Amino acid sequence: MSDSKTTLRREPQATSFLIEELTKVYQSGDTQIHALRGVNMAIPSGEVIVLLGPSGSGKSTFLNIIGGLDQPSAGHVYFRGRDLAAFTEQELTFYRRENIGFVFQAYNLVPSLTALENVALVTEITENAMAPLDALDAVALKDRANHFPAQLSGGEQQRVAIARAIAKRPEVLLCDEPTGALDSETGIMVLKALLEVNQKFGTTCIIITHNASIADLAHRVVHFCDGSVSHVQTNDVRKSAEEMIW
Amino acid sequence: MIGALNQKLIRDIWKIKGQMTAIILVMAAGIAVYVIMFGVLDSLRLTQQTYYERYRFADVFASLKRAPEAVKQRIQEIPGVSVSQSRVRFGVTLQMPDMLEPATGMVLSLPDGKQPLLNRLYLRTGRMLYANEEDAILVDESFFIAHRLALGDKVTMVVYGHRRSFNIVGVVLSPEYVYSIAPGALMPDNKRFGIFWMGRRALAAAVNMKGAFNDLSLSLERNANTERVKEQLDLLLKPYGGLLAFDRREQISNFFLENELKQLEAMGLMAPVIFLSVAAFLIYVVMSRQVTTQREQIGMLKAVGYSDREIIFHYLKMVLVITGCGAVIGLALGAWMGVGMTKMYAEFFRFPILKYSFSFQVMIFAVLLCTLAAIAGTLMAIRSAARLPPAEAMRVQSPAEFKQTLFERLGLHRHLSFLSRIVFRQLERRPWRALFSALGMAMAMAILVFSFFMEDSMSYLMDVQYELIQREDVNLSFVEAVPYRALEEIKVIPGVLRIEPLRSLAVNLKFKHYQKRTAIIGLTAKPELFRVIREDLQRFELPPAGLVMNEKLAQILQVKKGDMVTVEVLEEKRQTLHIPVSGIIKEFIGLGVYMEISRLNSLLDSQEKITGASLMTDNNNSMLLYQKIKEIPKVVGLNITSVLRRIFEELMAENLLKMVSTNMLFACFISFGVIYNTARITLSERGRELASLRVLGLTRREVAYLLFGELGVITLFSLPLGIWIGQGLVQGMVSSMDSELFRIPVYLEKSTYGYAVAIVLVSTLVSFYLVWYQLDRLDLVSAQKGVE
Repeated sequence: MSDSKTTLRREPQATSFLIEELTKVYQSGDTQIHALRGVNMAIPSGEVIVLLGPSGSGKSTFLNIIGGLDQPSAGHVYFRGRDLAAFTEQELTFYRRENIGFVFQAYNLVPSLTALENVALVTEITENAMAPLDALDAVALKDRANHFPAQLSGGEQQRVAIARAIAKRPEVLLCDEPTGALDSETGIMVLKALLEVNQKFGTTCIIITHNASIADLAHRVVHFCDGSVSHVQTNDVRKSAEEMIW
Repeated sequence: MIGALNQKLIRDIWKIKGQMTAIILVMAAGIAVYVIMFGVLDSLRLTQQTYYERYRFADVFASLKRAPEAVKQRIQEIPGVSVSQSRVRFGVTLQMPDMLEPATGMVLSLPDGKQPLLNRLYLRTGRMLYANEEDAILVDESFFIAHRLALGDKVTMVVYGHRRSFNIVGVVLSPEYVYSIAPGALMPDNKRFGIFWMGRRALAAAVNMKGAFNDLSLSLERNANTERVKEQLDLLLKPYGGLLAFDRREQISNFFLENELKQLEAMGLMAPVIFLSVAAFLIYVVMSRQVTTQREQIGMLKAVGYSDREIIFHYLKMVLVITGCGAVIGLALGAWMGVGMTKMYAEFFRFPILKYSFSFQVMIFAVLLCTLAAIAGTLMAIRSAARLPPAEAMRVQSPAEFKQTLFERLGLHRHLSFLSRIVFRQLERRPWRALFSALGMAMAMAILVFSFFMEDSMSYLMDVQYELIQREDVNLSFVEAVPYRALEEIKVIPGVLRIEPLRSLAVNLKFKHYQKRTAIIGLTAKPELFRVIREDLQRFELPPAGLVMNEKLAQILQVKKGDMVTVEVLEEKRQTLHIPVSGIIKEFIGLGVYMEISRLNSLLDSQEKITGASLMTDNNNSMLLYQKIKEIPKVVGLNITSVLRRIFEELMAENLLKMVSTNMLFACFISFGVIYNTARITLSERGRELASLRVLGLTRREVAYLLFGELGVITLFSLPLGIWIGQGLVQGMVSSMDSELFRIPVYLEKSTYGYAVAIVLVSTLVSFYLVWYQLDRLDLVSAQKGVE
């Protein structure tokens, strides 16, 4: 465990993830579901990556595996040269704790905690974390710090989730449909917050979305289809969040 | 500063404070009962021990006919004997002005002007006897109180055929008579039997025992071999008409006391176990729900880097709060009530001293037990959730896997409606959950059955004892065996309708290396008034030869029908006989062994003698009858069956039935708690599904059917399970209380099951009603959203 702690500490790296032949098969009753069929990819550090594809194409499974939430059936995910597939449960927990920030479609805030406390939930268990209030400030929610989730709008809740994710200063931000439940105005606000984090801290952002127009914001767009990567497109010119057509 | 996770804990707890309070109370009750019972028990044991030590309760006792005082010297020389105390002991008839019927008593001698070396007296009020005082007497406190006597009152008794009056100068307690029980009686009866102490010289003169003794107490050295001492003592006393020596275990008062403490212990173990398992179950239910509703939060916590252990600990903390609160309330309540209860019991046993012993060990153990129960409940609930991969935990729970039920596979589904199929599939999908809910309800049911059983069994026991076995109105006993014609004397007393002879013979029964001291009762072959009955409650006709004994005695001696038993007669010629066992019978009380009376007499090689008689009397003449019987000097004992029954009932009411009502209250509380909780939680877990069905157009009634159908099946299943567990509890209780004194039959009235079922069903219906009311408030709009 202390070993993983030292090797996983942040150093400037050209590549965040190197993914080889990533495969995931679920057993559901008598049938096997191939969620991922040998995905290969390299994810450069500091980029904004958008994963596009219809439901069931394997995006979420992919995200869960590189986020250390799930284990692959075969293949490798190298994060700083170490293979996540070989991690123990404890190492995975530590990997998530130190390196990954998650933003979920459903926000997943603890309803019994205030915005500030929801952020503190994460900063308490990580070293080198921001002050929770600073993290909320980064998403322009400092004045809502003492509100409970039920007292916040959807966009605000999602920005709290982003604050929670960035507060630990993660190397990678993984966002599963972060704007899926939001209207265009609040959706843009959330995306703006994500892009700012990327620019300000150099955090690699991997975003799953159904909304193809979000792809215009990315450095790189990965198209998923039926458990495989169908093609990867690189944007030479990126739009800003305000320019985006929802 | 408290961390964010603890902040969440506090708010979560606050949110379910109602349920938490209920669990805390059940848990507190469990701890309190445990602490009280064991605190009381420890205190009583310590008090008993201290009392025995301080007042030099003897180790070995023996009665004999008469021995010169010089024999004492030889007794003192038996290896292992530390102190010996000889005395005179004599049975008397009392003539109490406040009673129609005669009472009997036992008078014991005291060394003149001194406390005895053994079995010292505690002076409650008044004074001890002066040396050579002739008309003064000390009386045992329980008799003194039962007759509302005062110091200076006179007691008239027939001593050795002469009527004499004595002044009460002191009221005392003796470690030998914590319970004062008349010879041959089964229950203490403080009104009809009393213990008295007189100066040795005065008593010896009155009963012709100058320079002699007929009773002996010994204390032994620490490492003495009790059995060996008894044997040597028996050998030494045999020429002087010695009855077998016995030790503390057979000393009647001590035996009774031990028995009482044993019963307390059985009760003390049973109650906390029930409370704590119910508390554990409730915790399991509440925590399961907590975990189910917080599934996504658990997933998130794991996603952001909390480990399994941290998450489990988070939920455990919640339970530890429950346990903590329960422990504080329970211990406080237990310590407070325990002192009161100990006092109550000490008064009940008339201990002159009182020692409290509320050990930390008992308390720590209670809390530990409680914590274990709580942790077990919690771990079962959260283990699986904590193990879930975070990605899965965070997803809205995917539609659960359903299979066709056994019913359907058997092709019975054609008879099931579409809604019924949902009900059955739900049940079959989570059989353990259903089983646990059923078990919880069954527990409540079991407590009810268990609570009612004591009353059923006791009244059954008394019906059998006093309507089938002891059908007599009165039984009397003579001071010694008398010729048959004594019956004639009694037969002519007005009011006697029927009379049957009875001969009681003190014996020591032996079989292989087992032995037991008891009395053979000689009866006529077909007695009407005192019957021996078979297992099926029919009259058992005494065979012309052989012994008939009850199951308990047969079990102690390990004999079966046909075995030859050695009978050492402890009276008169003290023959050793060999008599076959010709029947085993059913009896709930005592260690009865019977034989046809004329056969018994002929074996003893004596003329036809009797020691007592059973009488059927005319109630209108009882006053005159008792008057006449009191005047017969040879009569030393007289029992009135209706009075015996009343005493028995009072004793039971005092000791046991009081607990029943509290038990019942708790049982109702538990049954309602379990059922309501289960219903609430099912509603909250399946709320969204049910709301969706409502959106699809199902009526409230149909949705209710889905919910209550499942609970109804669980309830129905819990009923037989509850009866079964209840019977188990009853069986356990009965066997833990099984003693030579009495065996409680496992007897449950059908109506008892009926009451228990009715209470559970009413609790169910009330719960359903309350939940039905909440069905109205299903949030149909939020049901449409994917996530809360």
